[in-house]
Amino acid sequence: MTKSNEYTDSSRATVNRRSFLKGSGAVAAATALHSPAVEAEPQAAANVVSGATTITLNVNGGDHKVTVEPRTTLLEALRSQLELTGAKPVSSDGSSGASTVLVDGKPVMASTTLAMAVTGKNIETVESLGGEDTDAVPRAFVKHDAQQCGFCTPGFVVAVRALLNKNPDATESQIRQGLNGNICRCGTYNNIIKAALDVVKGGV
Amino acid sequence: MVLQDNDQTKEPMGPYQWPARKDTDVIGKDHDRLDGLVKSTGAAKYTYDVNLKNQLIAVALGCPHSHVRIKSVDSTAAEKVDGVVHVEVLEQGKEGKEVRWAGELLVVVAAESEGAAREGVANIKIEYEMLDVFTADDDLEAAQRAKRTTKGGNRIETEQEPGDDDDEDEFYEKEFVRLFKDAEIVHEGEYGIDAITHCCLEPHGATAVWEGDKLVVYLSTQNVSGTDDQFAGALGVTANDVEVRCDYIGGGFGSKFAPDYWGIAAARIAKKTGRPVRLMLDRDQELRIGGSRPSGYVKVKVGADKTGKLSVWDSHHWGTGGSGRGAVSIGVVPYVMVPPNRRSIATNINTNNAPVRAWRAPNHPQGCALSQTVIDDVAGKLGKDSYDVFMANLANCTNGKAEVYADQMKVAARLMDWKAKWHPHGKGAVKGSVVEGLGMGLHTWGGAAHPSTCTLKIHPDGSVESFLGSQDLGSGTRTVCAQVLAETLGLKVTDVTVNLGSSKYPISGPSGGSTTVGGVSQSHRRSAQDGLQKLFVLVAAKLGAKASDLIAAGGRIQTTDGNKSLSWKQACGLLGVTPLETTRSHERGKDGALSSSGVAGVQMAHVSVDKDTGVIRVNKFVAVQDQGLVINPKTCKSQISGAVIMGIAASIYEQRVNDPRTGLFLNSGSFDRDGYGLARLGDVGDIVVELYEPESERSRGVIGNGEPPAISPKTAISNAVANALGVRVPVVPMTPKRVLDALAKAAGKA
Ligand code: FES
Repeated sequence: MTKSNEYTDSSRATVNRRSFLKGSGAVAAATALHSPAVEAEPQAAANVVSGATTITLNVNGGDHKVTVEPRTTLLEALRSQLELTGAKPVSSDGSSGASTVLVDGKPVMASTTLAMAVTGKNIETVESLGGEDTDAVPRAFVKHDAQQCGFCTPGFVVAVRALLNKNPDATESQIRQGLNGNICRCGTYNNIIKAALDVVKGGV
Repeated sequence: MVLQDNDQTKEPMGPYQWPARKDTDVIGKDHDRLDGLVKSTGAAKYTYDVNLKNQLIAVALGCPHSHVRIKSVDSTAAEKVDGVVHVEVLEQGKEGKEVRWAGELLVVVAAESEGAAREGVANIKIEYEMLDVFTADDDLEAAQRAKRTTKGGNRIETEQEPGDDDDEDEFYEKEFVRLFKDAEIVHEGEYGIDAITHCCLEPHGATAVWEGDKLVVYLSTQNVSGTDDQFAGALGVTANDVEVRCDYIGGGFGSKFAPDYWGIAAARIAKKTGRPVRLMLDRDQELRIGGSRPSGYVKVKVGADKTGKLSVWDSHHWGTGGSGRGAVSIGVVPYVMVPPNRRSIATNINTNNAPVRAWRAPNHPQGCALSQTVIDDVAGKLGKDSYDVFMANLANCTNGKAEVYADQMKVAARLMDWKAKWHPHGKGAVKGSVVEGLGMGLHTWGGAAHPSTCTLKIHPDGSVESFLGSQDLGSGTRTVCAQVLAETLGLKVTDVTVNLGSSKYPISGPSGGSTTVGGVSQSHRRSAQDGLQKLFVLVAAKLGAKASDLIAAGGRIQTTDGNKSLSWKQACGLLGVTPLETTRSHERGKDGALSSSGVAGVQMAHVSVDKDTGVIRVNKFVAVQDQGLVINPKTCKSQISGAVIMGIAASIYEQRVNDPRTGLFLNSGSFDRDGYGLARLGDVGDIVVELYEPESERSRGVIGNGEPPAISPKTAISNAVANALGVRVPVVPMTPKRVLDALAKAAGKA
């Protein structure tokens, strides 16, 4: 009955965080293994800047000025300066998927994306799916009760939206395989699958 | 806001009861959760989302070692970091203090931005004196050698009692020898369940702001009504000057009942700096100190008859509740089905992990896993169907629910197609390297309604709102309250507003122990029933009818024959200019017909195991659960399904891994595959939830549902794996390595 060290050779532990962050090879491997809805966003090497700078971010169709430092993440800028708090800080390495947003239509983790790296790109947050003309994905989440505490929900909603943008006819098994970049502690997975399938079928 | 009770009729009227099943319009029907859309569009504001003008962001330095004494602290460099506004050395971070677990917060840095705060933390210099570390909670002998054990209690019950002249110890020794000799089959084994954490996705934390001498705290809490006093006591102010708010909480699971010292620190720093302060734990700290569940390991010997029914149980279990806390209670080992002769001994192991917090159904999941895996191994040994052996052991039920379990087992077996899928342990078909198996577990929980007070306002314009100092953990509290009001007042759920999440609202209990739905449905039903009676008096006068002849239904108040009526709005117009306010309370233990306690549930799992890789997949899971009267089947089922998914994680992936040398919690910082292992969407098979609500159960009233379905999953899945392999993987989570080790051991290779 010993558990010492077995963790490191568990077959789940195939990609470690350092190798994940190290290079695109590891990223590709991670994608193949976990099939997250999210693809790695290459972090453009910004010109060397230090201290606070004001930049413009295009978020949800509008230009917004934010004051950032080189280390400021997109997540921090969205949440603390633009009051867009839908994307959540759950893990700083993006492994929970809670900070998923779309950048030029592709899902990225706002927690591992620097604000300066996404100037000039179209950033869409979960808030863009709400409002008057609420998107089918959040509506399906309500219909199928795909949220409990709801803290993971915005990340999942964006991940489902991204998956269905890419593959509007996704099958159940594609949905089961395509949403593994996000974590839900309350256990809403089965209802998320139902919600996503319902959007595919045009039921909401 | 403090609501004035202008209740004209202060005395409760009653009698309070639920409408019969056939007479309900809203209760017992599926309803979308009222806060679903704000959650799924990111509009819901959690504690972590509160951005106040001028707000400072605080980040804490967690102790990087498992057991140390602080030799010195130097924060001068941190104070000089650009953007750092305040550095606070916490009590336990002061010179000379002993710190007994890693992650404990020592120093807090408040700054203009998170980046600056983190840079400040990186610049704090602490010298530590390293002390002895012990975290091997599964190793009883090592713990004894390290002098880390204390007695955890013992319980002995036998059918034969010692005589007056007998030496008790001697008598029991002999008696147990005799009992095992007389048993038709004897089984011995070792089993275990590792410690896991609560791992709330919204970490613990608070944003505190002073408005003059008044403190407002946005707290991620399961205890809105109970934390204002705790803040006041710690800060030396009076409780009426404190308001705790929590509109949305990103998970609690039993770990968020108190302000915690970091919440107090946020309030202190806010006072000192004159600015709002947010202090949230980071992921690593959340897992290390934000709450965990005791581990449990057992050596057990049982005797049974040929049907598999246990006649004697003899066990010694141990485990850790972290630093200074106990192991799993002896009250749950063995669990629910307790043989007439039993001896249970427990030993606590004091480790260098943060103290445990209540985790969904405290003690029960461990008790269930440590006991019912044993019963299943007896079935395996006898070559019998586990279903039949569990059925035989229902005769040992101690909670009076044997008949309910028997019926639930039938329901679950039908939904699982148990008979068709069953094969004796280890005797199923092998497809390539994959084998399949079936397992089950059963559980019990109390879930008595907590105290709750609801103030109901019926406005002259027809709008209706309630106020209560409760919280919605994700179970759908708002929706349930609204359903009760709507049902009682003959309205639609969307016609009423439920206001919760402030300590200034009437007191409601903490949401823990499956007590909330019972409590809030009590207070809402009482307020609405009595409020309606008062409105009936006005309507009766207007219509020239008797108040006792009126009913509220379909948005109207009408005579029972339907001949005379007013719309709800017209009726409320009779109030003139003053809203009708009714405040009613439920006191714990005074359930009446509306709520009760004591539930039963049966769960079954069907799994596939790859013998070559050790990988387990849950193909199908069936959960049959009693919770008395169900108010919202939709959210109730979600909660059960969620509990099962948590259980799948704890069965296969989830564990706290402590480094054997440094004691550090190695996998606390990430959810990556070498981080903290939780189930992901693709890891979860079909989950079938059946709400068990025959009239015999429905008539008992409302009973909470948060804990019970979280109890059996590990047991059912472990038993299913044992059935598939014909070999027990003794400790959960059943990681691939543990599966392969168990197979190798059985093959005589280990
Ligand atoms: S709904 Fe709570 S974490 Fe997903």
